[in-house]
Amino acid sequence: MSEPLLDVRHVDKSFGGLRAIADVSLSVHQGEIVALIGPNGAGKTTLFATVAGFLKPDAGAIGFFGHDILGSTPDRICALGLVRTFQIVQPFAGLTVRQNIAVGAHLRHAGRREALELADSVGRRLGMAALLDRPAIGLTVAARKRLELARALATEPRLLLLDEVMAGLNPTEIDEIVAMIRAIRDEGVTVLLIEHVMQAVMSLAERIYVLNNGALIAEGTPAAIAANSAVVDAYLGHGAAGKLQAKQVRHA
Amino acid sequence: MMPSLRLSGQRALWAMAGVAIIGVVLPLLLRSDFWLNFAIMVLFFTVLGQAWNILGGYGGQFSFGHAAFFGTGAYVTAVLQVKFGINPWLGFVLAGIGGGLVGAAIGFLSFRYGLRGSYFALVTLAFAEVLRILANAAAFTGGGVGTLIPLKQTAANFQFVDKTGFYFVIFALMLIGLLLAYWLENSRFGARLMAIRENEDAARALGVNAFAIKLGAISLSGALAGLAGAFYAQYFLYLDPRLAYGPGISVEALLVPIIGGMGTIFGPLLGATVLHVVGEIARKVMGDAVGLNLALYGMVLVAMVLFLPNGIAGLARRQRLKPKEERL
Repeated sequence: MSEPLLDVRHVDKSFGGLRAIADVSLSVHQGEIVALIGPNGAGKTTLFATVAGFLKPDAGAIGFFGHDILGSTPDRICALGLVRTFQIVQPFAGLTVRQNIAVGAHLRHAGRREALELADSVGRRLGMAALLDRPAIGLTVAARKRLELARALATEPRLLLLDEVMAGLNPTEIDEIVAMIRAIRDEGVTVLLIEHVMQAVMSLAERIYVLNNGALIAEGTPAAIAANSAVVDAYLGHGAAGKLQAKQVRHA
Repeated sequence: MMPSLRLSGQRALWAMAGVAIIGVVLPLLLRSDFWLNFAIMVLFFTVLGQAWNILGGYGGQFSFGHAAFFGTGAYVTAVLQVKFGINPWLGFVLAGIGGGLVGAAIGFLSFRYGLRGSYFALVTLAFAEVLRILANAAAFTGGGVGTLIPLKQTAANFQFVDKTGFYFVIFALMLIGLLLAYWLENSRFGARLMAIRENEDAARALGVNAFAIKLGAISLSGALAGLAGAFYAQYFLYLDPRLAYGPGISVEALLVPIIGGMGTIFGPLLGATVLHVVGEIARKVMGDAVGLNLALYGMVLVAMVLFLPNGIAGLARRQRLKPKEERL
């Protein structure tokens, strides 16, 4: 297999006595959609923040597109083509939707007009045509999530880190955003996503990593992960997998 | 493609053209020295307020020490002139550079250590106070006695017999300030600066080098304040540490854009005009009672901040937004 686009090796990050990420290694290859799942507090967002340069890990190595990005700053990492979204959406509240997206577009377009035109087309592609001139402060949750995605996409990245872009959306909105993510990948952007909406994870992801208490406990295809007893235990409590299996045997 | 945005940009340019025409005609109408002086002071505070607006209004970095830049500009012109005989027009340019350098130095020290909000405000205030104390102690500034610039009224010496000369200098500076603000609203630098104001982490995630942008903004802001300081020195021909570096100037610098509308092109012009009209009326109304005019002035300020949180320029904007959108 060719060299991975993102290569995280043995990364460790502690906050005081809490080991938020413990010896995590994962890789994402060009053109993939990979999901990172795990219970709340597993360290998923911390891992994203570390990869994107917002946190400095205590140990390990992070390679992206052939560069060592460990200890680099968020803006330099973004310029290399790795962009993250925020789980708690961070719109530029006082700016319009178009101006919000244009901040991302400015990464590779110095001219105001070009950036605004790119913002326009990205916004339209994500179904925000009617909202372009609205201030971001008045948007609904679904629209704010889309704005996060649009701004990130406007930086024309190689790799998108999506942090729970479906949380709080209704089933129709989830279907829409799943289709958008697939379309984004088909245009050549690799995707690594954190998500709790399992129906979306199962249909989108080609591979899944499972994080629990800061450590990776499983990796594999959606089908393999769904059948993995360690994963079921992590989500439903210790021993849950065994009980479920026993129940199924009895029913059979 | 972008109807609303380009229109507002064009509207701003038309408004600027209007201001330019009024500004050129105004001195012909202002027959008395009193009103000409009034217009000069309004324009002077507009420039000072615009300097603050670049950093505070567009960048969200609230400085409480713009006197540091202003005073440096004023002293650069005055000291170079008095001690070294350097022409004040050259001093004027050097004052801008000096103000910018002090801005860059303060910005480097405070932004590097991630100072934001009230911490940044306090540090800028502290720097201005340190400079005031240094100016008070140093010999070449004239110390506490101050510096007198010798009277020699020729245009080549940046002193005008007719106040109209001063008027056009400060008016040109005010136009430059307007153009700077217009540039901020229509450039990548400005877009990034406003993104930092709204949410610094989100801006960094989108590839914005927040440190470099903030450093650029404080240098630009310092340069404009330095130019205002040089003008002040030439207009009044006297400086002392309290006038140059005292908190009075810092407060005026932030009051003007806050009253007029932060992060808007015309906010400082509106703010300076209203503040000076109110100040003048307060003086007229309270006439004989010393100090009461300031009490009235203060009351009007409180009322304005209470009822116009977005400044005077925010009035127009508020009507455009539907109430529902504004509340969320």
